[in-house]
Amino acid sequence: MSQRLVEIWVGLFVALGLAGFLVLALQVSGLAEIRQQPGYQVAASFDNIGGLRERAPVSMAGVRVGKVERIELNPESHQAEVILRIDQRYDRIPVDTSAAIYTSGLLGEQYVGLEAGWEDETLGSGDRITQTQSAVVLERLIGQFLTRMQD
Amino acid sequence: MEAAENRDEMLARVRGLCVRRGGRSIFDGVDLDIRRGQVTAIMGPSGTGKTTLLRVLGGQLRPQAGEVHVLGEAVPQLSRAELYALRRRMGVLFQSGALFTHLSVFENVAFPIREHARLPEPLVETLVLLKLEAVGLRGARDLMPAELSGGMARRVALARAIALDPALMMYDEPFAGQDPITMGVLIDLIRRLNDALGLTSVVVSHDVHETFAIADYVYVLADGAVIAEGTPAQLNASEAASVRQFVDARPDGPVPFHYPARSLADELTGGRGS
Amino acid sequence: MIGAIQGLGRRTLDGLRGLGEAVLLMLRILRAAPEVVRRPRLLIEQLYVVGVLSLVIILVSALFVGLVLGLQGYYTLVDFGAEDAVGTMVALTLVRELGPVVTALLFAGRAGSSLTAEVGLMKATEQLSSMEMMAVDPERRILAPRFFAALLAVPLLAAIFSAVGVFGGYLVSVGMIGIDAGAYWSNMQNAVTVQDDILNGAIKSVVFGFLAGWIALHKGYMATPTSSGVSRATTMGVVHTSLAVLGLDFLLTALMFG
Repeated sequence: MSQRLVEIWVGLFVALGLAGFLVLALQVSGLAEIRQQPGYQVAASFDNIGGLRERAPVSMAGVRVGKVERIELNPESHQAEVILRIDQRYDRIPVDTSAAIYTSGLLGEQYVGLEAGWEDETLGSGDRITQTQSAVVLERLIGQFLTRMQD
Repeated sequence: MEAAENRDEMLARVRGLCVRRGGRSIFDGVDLDIRRGQVTAIMGPSGTGKTTLLRVLGGQLRPQAGEVHVLGEAVPQLSRAELYALRRRMGVLFQSGALFTHLSVFENVAFPIREHARLPEPLVETLVLLKLEAVGLRGARDLMPAELSGGMARRVALARAIALDPALMMYDEPFAGQDPITMGVLIDLIRRLNDALGLTSVVVSHDVHETFAIADYVYVLADGAVIAEGTPAQLNASEAASVRQFVDARPDGPVPFHYPARSLADELTGGRGS
Repeated sequence: MIGAIQGLGRRTLDGLRGLGEAVLLMLRILRAAPEVVRRPRLLIEQLYVVGVLSLVIILVSALFVGLVLGLQGYYTLVDFGAEDAVGTMVALTLVRELGPVVTALLFAGRAGSSLTAEVGLMKATEQLSSMEMMAVDPERRILAPRFFAALLAVPLLAAIFSAVGVFGGYLVSVGMIGIDAGAYWSNMQNAVTVQDDILNGAIKSVVFGFLAGWIALHKGYMATPTSSGVSRATTMGVVHTSLAVLGLDFLLTALMFG
């Protein structure tokens, strides 16, 4: 085998390996989304976010409109402060929209679902969604069910 | 006579060499002198550590005791870098030839040149072809080692060993397992190269006839010590029993036919016979 | 009884001596790194041997592993109504575990064994010895390029393995079962992160490449220079590499994802 052919093959091999890494970084881990899609931030407070994680999807009527950017604990109210990043093209979301945390399937990932309101005014960057509904925590649900049974 | 020879320039000198491996003593107080420009033969029955001696000279094996000076350097005391510098001035022809099986004949001979000198390709080619011409195998330049006969492989290995124009050339059993014609070619080559290139040669062999034909001086080793030394003529004239046994190829004598063991009767009867 | 204890002691000492030899050999190989950089041609030749020639087995295995993962993931997850998470499962399994581990095991069998056999045969036929006597250090000329080629090739092969495996999972779950392509990718992208998963997977594969090259070359270099010695060294090289990879994988997983 000639030196030239060996070099071409090795070049192809290294390129393929690097392409593998690139696919893993961009397509598999979705690193591409970080710089992609201009959007605006909206805050929401929840009593309990359950298993919600950063980068979880935010959807409205089942359509993905953004993602969870940051989750913090508010040191004063002891509530979970969730910063949502809504894609720029969905800029006509009413201010009285409500947010709730749902689970996809019985054991699937948790996501934030938005329920559109009726106001004409729309949400903008830095606004806050006031009406929120916490995640359904299975243990609490069962607990409530049991206490009611006893009544 | 002895005193006159000692005044000759020594290329290598070994004094009181002791080598032990695995509890067995291979050398026990060996003294050798390799004189510049001569072909010195190290002879002895197989298993006496002749090859080990070459490995000691080349610094691949560190002796337990004794002085080893080669080309003015004390070999066992050299650092790794100094040892590699010294080895550039040595050539070794291994018994198997030890050609690089993945390289062609040409590339095998070019290997040491390419490794040690950044020469333009035409010059490398000239050098390699000259070395191959010297062993009569210029026409085999594009063959692979697997396509060579044993004798040809050894000649290619010889061309490779002299590629860097060494000062000291060592041959490990160059005649072992060769047909008579190849043997004649090799005998001729070793002597011719030694004289034409101004080398000093050390030939390790047990082939008495062939070795006596080219050697200027011969050491006979047995049981870890030099049992005889001299020119081939002196050894041929020697009356010592151990020398005669070796020179005349007698099966048993002072060098025993049997590897040390219990007596046969003892072994077969499981010790009950005695 | 004393004999058994002595045997144990001797074996322990032999093992430690072997380990010490291997570590010293590794240090000398690492010190030869500048020379490998100076002569990239040697490295490229070895990358061809250990990398390019391993590509086919890696590509084919990765595709099948991906297909199986997709299928098994679906069968398991569909019971919980979470079949959309099949992409997540396939990707995490591959990137964190199967990519680096299976690549290292295949590499040990395909490339590591041939490295051991090649070096062992070079030793048995006195090629290494004669190289030393030509004042060429076989550790620098023969071992170092092969080691660094393995060190580079395994992470690249592992990345290719994971990427192809994810594609295989896509084929089976989206193409065959009919899961929504968007769900496959977006669930995966939500769960897989660069710094936790992909970087840790890459670190694992670098460690495994180091191990595979080291063990294969050490076994060959220290082989008894006979045909039975070389064949034994080749077998032991594959066995030890596989055990070391699996054992170290557990340790690394505990450290990284614990």
